[in-house]
Amino acid sequence: MRHLLSTQDLSVPRALRLLDVAEEMAAVGEREIKKLPALRGRTVVNLFFEDSTRTRISFEAAAKRLSADVINFSAKGSSVSKGESLKDTAQTLEAMSADAVVIRHPSSGAPARLAASGWIDAAVVNAGDGTHEHPTQALLDAFTLRRHRARLGGEPSTGSTLAGMRILIVGDVLHSRVARSNVWLLTTLGAEVLLAGPPTLLPVGVHSWPCTVYYDLDDALARRPDAVMMLRLQAERMHAAFFPSTREYARRWGFDDARLARLDTLGLKDTVIMPPGPMNRGLEISSSAADSSRSTVLAQVRNGVSVRMAALYLLLSGDQQDDDAEDDVPAPDPRTSTPRATDLSPEGRTRDQ
Amino acid sequence: MTSDTPQYLIRGAALLGGPVRDLLIRSGSIAAVGDTAAAEASSSAVVVDATGLILLPGLVDLHTHLREPGREDAETVETGSRAAALGGFTAVHAMANSSPVADTAGVVEQVYRLGLAAGWVEVRPVGAVTVGLGGQRLAELGAMAESPARVRVFSDDGICVHDPVLMRRALEYVKAFDGVVAQHAQEPRLTEGAQMNEGEVSAVLGLTGWPAVAEESIIARDVLLAQHVGSRLHVCHVSTAGSVEIIRWAKARGIDVTAEVTPHHLLLTDELVRSYDPVYKVNPPLRTSDDVHALREALAEGTIDVVGTDHAPHPSEHKECEWAQAAMGMTGLETALSVVQHTMVETGLLDWEGFARVTSVTPARIGRLAHQGRPLAAGEPANLVLVDPAARWTVDPGTMATKGRNTPFRGLELPGSVRATFLGGHPTVLDGVLATPRRAPVSSPDREAGSWSI
Repeated sequence: MRHLLSTQDLSVPRALRLLDVAEEMAAVGEREIKKLPALRGRTVVNLFFEDSTRTRISFEAAAKRLSADVINFSAKGSSVSKGESLKDTAQTLEAMSADAVVIRHPSSGAPARLAASGWIDAAVVNAGDGTHEHPTQALLDAFTLRRHRARLGGEPSTGSTLAGMRILIVGDVLHSRVARSNVWLLTTLGAEVLLAGPPTLLPVGVHSWPCTVYYDLDDALARRPDAVMMLRLQAERMHAAFFPSTREYARRWGFDDARLARLDTLGLKDTVIMPPGPMNRGLEISSSAADSSRSTVLAQVRNGVSVRMAALYLLLSGDQQDDDAEDDVPAPDPRTSTPRATDLSPEGRTRDQ
Repeated sequence: MTSDTPQYLIRGAALLGGPVRDLLIRSGSIAAVGDTAAAEASSSAVVVDATGLILLPGLVDLHTHLREPGREDAETVETGSRAAALGGFTAVHAMANSSPVADTAGVVEQVYRLGLAAGWVEVRPVGAVTVGLGGQRLAELGAMAESPARVRVFSDDGICVHDPVLMRRALEYVKAFDGVVAQHAQEPRLTEGAQMNEGEVSAVLGLTGWPAVAEESIIARDVLLAQHVGSRLHVCHVSTAGSVEIIRWAKARGIDVTAEVTPHHLLLTDELVRSYDPVYKVNPPLRTSDDVHALREALAEGTIDVVGTDHAPHPSEHKECEWAQAAMGMTGLETALSVVQHTMVETGLLDWEGFARVTSVTPARIGRLAHQGRPLAAGEPANLVLVDPAARWTVDPGTMATKGRNTPFRGLELPGSVRATFLGGHPTVLDGVLATPRRAPVSSPDREAGSWSI
């Protein structure tokens, strides 16, 4: 894997590899010393053209736990307001010998452009581009869902897919990079995906997606989903005739107290709710739904660091298993190199190869 | 033209891809065709061996952006008309969206004079329909029509004349001087922030869609307006199957509408946008393969009348960026012939006579260029192109004459190459490379557009 730009082109083995390595990373996170030497001497640049404290600190924590040097480059608006182009910014980072660039950008396709342009040799990680994709968010959602099911079944989650799970995604699919990445990844992993939202906020062309589309949230809930993922409604959509009013939106597509109660009525005791982050309480989701025991919000934050560690590790350490589904060579196990011992060696990452 | 200019004896060219004949060019005209050509040629005549080559009337483009005045970093009349000559063109219509906009007699005359001075191709300025392309007030259409540039085609290309009253008035007004309004059909509200064709690919890529209905609804309105006021309408760069159906319907009702398709819309689809490479960003956007096939059929059957390049050069910094920030447009003058051969001739949809109809005869008629797109017969003006249909070449933007490097065909192997272009009997291209420009008389007493005619 050279870059992580999209979940659409992730094969099943590659997606599973990311999730399985994330399990190993999560185990590290539960230890007293949470740091691995895997990426010592490597430089990861967080290049954020858009504000996102949550995603940035998650990537920063991930890179630091792998002992990489982290440079935070908040380039919000720079390509336009300061007149510097993406190309110039990229070449600056190249000159600083960045090994990986984690990019958040308001334009769909900007990470793909960076990866394909030849402006830079670094691995590119898409941390959210416009209304296109947000692959690490989908990976952490899939990771969270896989763990949820493993816990219910009393089995280990490592190695398992999402086959048999039914996931309902609700809201502004049209403008959601999270929805797109999840549709591709969850279906690749064998889950059934349902979409529900106002017809104005579902893209023309959605009927070619591997999902079932509902305009009525209650009809979709009656399909007994294992998880309900609520998408965030951005303020700029609220006055562009996508729907009459936020009250009407909340009534028809908000996960309110009545719908929370309905999960119980339907006997869906194990169905989880995945709120958007950040959320508009009372709009996409009521406070009691967001704060209920069904909510996975804190697990998602925790898991976000693990999957981002996995992504950076696999991109930068030269994964032996990459693109080699029939290869049975065991994965390099980050747990085999103890932090203390490796801290003494000049090149920490050589221990992992 | 004086009579001491060289004569050119073209030997063994397949006229319109049909009968093989000799042809003598003398004093700007075709002097003889057939067996008499060699007999009539003077001993000093330059002989052009055209064995295996096809002779066609020089291509006429109704839709070219030469960028001058204002964006000389993107293209100039000189560089754009060199590209046109190499592409086999003997006339191009320079769109009005320059800076200043070509909305006055002064600007169109400037562009016209620059074209004459360059001498590679006949440059016919297109006049803006509205002042500054602002869509508010009619530009002085009559003054542009009566200027030395003798403008007959009016367009706000790049921007749709979306106000229905203004469009109606423009259609009516240009009847006074046999003009035509060339509409860029794009409903503005339906395309706010639009980045690519709206459909399955835009849904996946998360790029704001440019729906087909935004083009089709304007075309439907405009053909009805043209019918109502009895005017002539030209539809620029038709890109959807639905537009083809509306135009077919309008023609069946006897509405005086003509339509154009670009070479890129005859070949490329929105699947290419998956790369997010802005070289594929264009307005109207690349559509689906169903649209491509409908456009080819429409061009073959005559529902779409002409090929227009929409040659739109941009400096590289306007394409070396994120998709949303990139400029829309593709170059086309030097690839048009090959792309049309590839998509229309080699598929059997058009023969070479049909090729000449859609690239030369009909565009000249729409633009009211009496001396372009003429039959290959004695006495006709010698605006001609010699094509090697068997040639194959690989598109390399770096070797092109246009300043623009934004060709979507880069790396593609295409058929057909231009071996020679004759502009008013003067070879602007010989042996496949630029020759010399045609020098118009400096102090021509002839203030008419006739400086271009023979």
